[in-house]
Amino acid sequence: MWKLGVLIVIYLLISACTDGHLNNPYVQSDQSQAIIYTSFSERPKHLDPAKSYSSNEYAVIGQVYESLFQYHYLKKPYQLEPLLASDMPTLQYFNAKGEALTGNVDAKKIAFSDYTITIQQDVRFQPHPSFNKSLHKVLPSDWDQQSLYDLPLATRLLTADDFIYQIKRLADPAGQSPIAGLMANHIVGFNAFSQQQAQLLSDQPQLSKVQRLQSVPLLGIKKLNDHQFKIRIKGKYPQFINWLAMPFFAPMPWEADAFYANPRLVKKNITLDWFPVGTGAFYLYENDPNRRMVLEKNPNFHPDYYPSEADEGLREKGLLIDAGKRLPLSDKVIFSLEKETIPYWSKFLQGYYDASGISSDSFDQAVSFSSDGEFGLTDNMLQRKIALQTAVTTSSYYLGFNMLDKVVGGDSERARKLRQAISIAVDYEEYISIFLNGRGVVAQGIIPPEIFGSLSGKAGLNPVVYQWDKQPVRRSLNEAKKLLVEAGYPNGLDQKSGQPLVLYFDTMDSGPDSKARLNWLRKQFSKIDIQLVVRGTDYNRFQEKMRNGHAQMFMWGWNADYPDPENFLFLLYGKNSKALHAGENAANYQNTQFDSLFEKMSSMDNTPQRQQIINQMIGIAQQDAPWLWGFHPKAFSLHHHWYKNAYPNLMANNKTKYIKVDAKQRAEYQKKWNKPVIWPLLVIALLILVLLIPAYLIYRRLEQAKAYD
Amino acid sequence: MINYIIRRLLYVLPVLIGVNILTFVLFFVVNTPDDMARMQLGDKYVSQSAVDNWKQQRGYDLPLLWNEQAKGLQQVQQTIFFKKSIGLFVFDLGISDNGRDIVADISQRMWPSLAIAIPSLILGVLVNITFALLLIFYRGSYLEFVGVFTCVALMSISGLFYIIAGQYFVGKLLALTPISGYAPGMDAFKFIVLPVFIGVIGGLGSGVRWYRSLFLEEASKDYVRTAKAKGLSELQVLFKHVLKNALIPILTGIVVILPLLFMGSLITESFFGIPGLGSYTIDAIASQDFAIVRSMVFLGSFLYIIGLLLTDISYTLVDPRVRLN
Repeated sequence: MWKLGVLIVIYLLISACTDGHLNNPYVQSDQSQAIIYTSFSERPKHLDPAKSYSSNEYAVIGQVYESLFQYHYLKKPYQLEPLLASDMPTLQYFNAKGEALTGNVDAKKIAFSDYTITIQQDVRFQPHPSFNKSLHKVLPSDWDQQSLYDLPLATRLLTADDFIYQIKRLADPAGQSPIAGLMANHIVGFNAFSQQQAQLLSDQPQLSKVQRLQSVPLLGIKKLNDHQFKIRIKGKYPQFINWLAMPFFAPMPWEADAFYANPRLVKKNITLDWFPVGTGAFYLYENDPNRRMVLEKNPNFHPDYYPSEADEGLREKGLLIDAGKRLPLSDKVIFSLEKETIPYWSKFLQGYYDASGISSDSFDQAVSFSSDGEFGLTDNMLQRKIALQTAVTTSSYYLGFNMLDKVVGGDSERARKLRQAISIAVDYEEYISIFLNGRGVVAQGIIPPEIFGSLSGKAGLNPVVYQWDKQPVRRSLNEAKKLLVEAGYPNGLDQKSGQPLVLYFDTMDSGPDSKARLNWLRKQFSKIDIQLVVRGTDYNRFQEKMRNGHAQMFMWGWNADYPDPENFLFLLYGKNSKALHAGENAANYQNTQFDSLFEKMSSMDNTPQRQQIINQMIGIAQQDAPWLWGFHPKAFSLHHHWYKNAYPNLMANNKTKYIKVDAKQRAEYQKKWNKPVIWPLLVIALLILVLLIPAYLIYRRLEQAKAYD
Repeated sequence: MINYIIRRLLYVLPVLIGVNILTFVLFFVVNTPDDMARMQLGDKYVSQSAVDNWKQQRGYDLPLLWNEQAKGLQQVQQTIFFKKSIGLFVFDLGISDNGRDIVADISQRMWPSLAIAIPSLILGVLVNITFALLLIFYRGSYLEFVGVFTCVALMSISGLFYIIAGQYFVGKLLALTPISGYAPGMDAFKFIVLPVFIGVIGGLGSGVRWYRSLFLEEASKDYVRTAKAKGLSELQVLFKHVLKNALIPILTGIVVILPLLFMGSLITESFFGIPGLGSYTIDAIASQDFAIVRSMVFLGSFLYIIGLLLTDISYTLVDPRVRLN
């Protein structure tokens, strides 16, 4: 064993004498390359764009698959621009008779909308073995199955057929796309196509997926030529273009499905769900979801350039230095799995990750607050030239009342005042300060900032909970208690029965981490003498309660699919009730006036008239208070100074192509921050030697002792 | 012995059937197929038809244990239990509920787990035995007192603390090894040095004390006194004679866990970023992936039984008096 110890020491000494650092978790030869090092904490479940719907999955497929449109990287409010489309789509409306409608058309008269899309010419797919059709049936027997990219690679041009094929894949019941149900409500012929596919699956199971999907047309999609196609939508649905910007509608070559159907590949978990095939700036070269994923620069990537325009102030921040440069600006992206925050944070400080979020554990190491409440970076961060970026996310986290409940729900004045009283009492400013380290903004209404419809300042104030005194000031507890009296619950006692008012909060949170939060919530209710009972259950039972409308109060959240107020306001639309219609309206809120305004607003373009309607809707919802509006989280992210062009565009999934790393600078700082320290080992070795002296003396004594001693 | 081995292998079947039934019942008491579908399909826009479709695609639309609609043997065969269990007994573990081949996943993930577990076991046993014998050698002296005190102190510290402290001191302050990560092949050495070292240190306290108690028992026997009387040195007596005779209980502890080594260590692999099997089962339970849960429980049970059998066989190797009948 001592020989092993000697080997380890020799290894350490030799390594310490080289230019490398011993604690480098990457291959030494990569040091000079423009590689972005990042991490993921949860392995993605799906990388098939028809199925993928989580942010951790989009972090990968957003760089591999391209959609027809993308969000401009450097402009807010978020605006769409063409990506694989050569231009924005042309839109034609038709009435129920099929007659084209022109001019300013009343949405109620529109039976169909036709989106005519022209795609860019000369776009090629990444190099991939699936384009080598000889490999669809038989794979080379000498292939060692280590890497797909050891097989003969080929490519081809993108055509309109690829977009049509992908839409068919969304409708395929075997594919189980999460938006299939939603698209069936919008795309003409989608539902019928799904049913036909289900029939084919049952009657002709011998058909391959490609044969089955290509055997039947989807009536709402029409190919005009190799670079043009048309999608027919029911009614008017302006948000459809936002869906076209999501990976769901990225083009899929039929060859990929045919290739990956090979049983030899399936047995090795080499499937389209794990090895995407796209036209994006990168392709997924390596996918070991329990260790790392590696994106390599796509050699076939079509000409795409860093934006030359940006919002005011961004030029001064250096975000236009690379204006007009050909993308991507990096060669490779390596995602490493880091399940725990401690090693992940340590490696970021060592310079082995280029950017990082901030967990609660490390918040104090990264951020400090001044005496007037402003936050900034700590000295340690500043010394390392780490920069901080913050952005309010396009998310909303709220406490909802089940409007079907007998006590807190319904349209009665009594229930409304009860909800309003609770809205005042629950102090979300305090919640954000204690549990989020200040990383959030209190929500005045349902729409997060930077999305059309959201108003700031006095105009956006929730008058039920706040009053304006140069800034929003929460109403006093006395006002809340007064509302409670008006509701018939003076001092928390039900006037009718004389019993204390007991309310129930249903939650999945039940572990030790949640205890503090739940205790805090109880205290908020006790401020106005209401007893809150927490009913903690597991995930399944909680979901069941929500589906059946048995929860009384709950916490919920929503992350925007696209930056349109419809994607938030629909969460309060009556026909979306979770319990009654299996929709996303978790509070089961129903208000006829609100619903009518929603139906009008949802098909409008962003105009002052639309804003007026939205203001009305928000006013109604604020008065009815089906939610405590909660907060919009604020994302804090850190990055090293060698990581350039970082900008918090929260809607764009394909930002990686804009990022540039100064590999030389990074290597210098990594070397500076990670010099091995050998002397403690020598001290420990010396201590062991010192301890050996008494051991040896005792050994000598024992060996020389006489039997009769 | 052959008859004994055959008989023991035949016992495996009813044990595995029982384990399978228990796993099935426990899993489906907590989760329904509808729950599993919703967990896999996500939180947004999940309709009942999508749930039904998911169940139908994976065979979870059948009754759990008994199919009243069917006739004869089909009442048993057309059930989730039968369809999901029958393949296990030919080691066809099937596809997980999120579409991955389970055998391929296990084959890929077991090697990193073994890369940590085997060196940890070998080094751990060697170090523990050596220190335990040295404690025996120095018994009665203050060195023994210091050693025992150190063992108790080491035992009292949580394993998680060793990991976090080890990463901090060795990976961050001294910058001697990567804090976390893994690479295949020979590049794995620098990544496994720290977790193996921490594994050995973490197990040192309890291991040394346990081995010490075994060796103390042996050291008080007559043959030891005889050996000393014949002039053998204390070290020779301990390392040559006492160790050999104390091997039976040592083997019991080691051989039985050998087959389970590849199941990995959840916490070590999570903190060190080792892509092993440690979190495979836990992640499957959290995501309600029954296919993986039943496969891993089945595999674990089978390997445990094999471990016990190997233990019995190893007795005959170390003690000629033992015969398997």
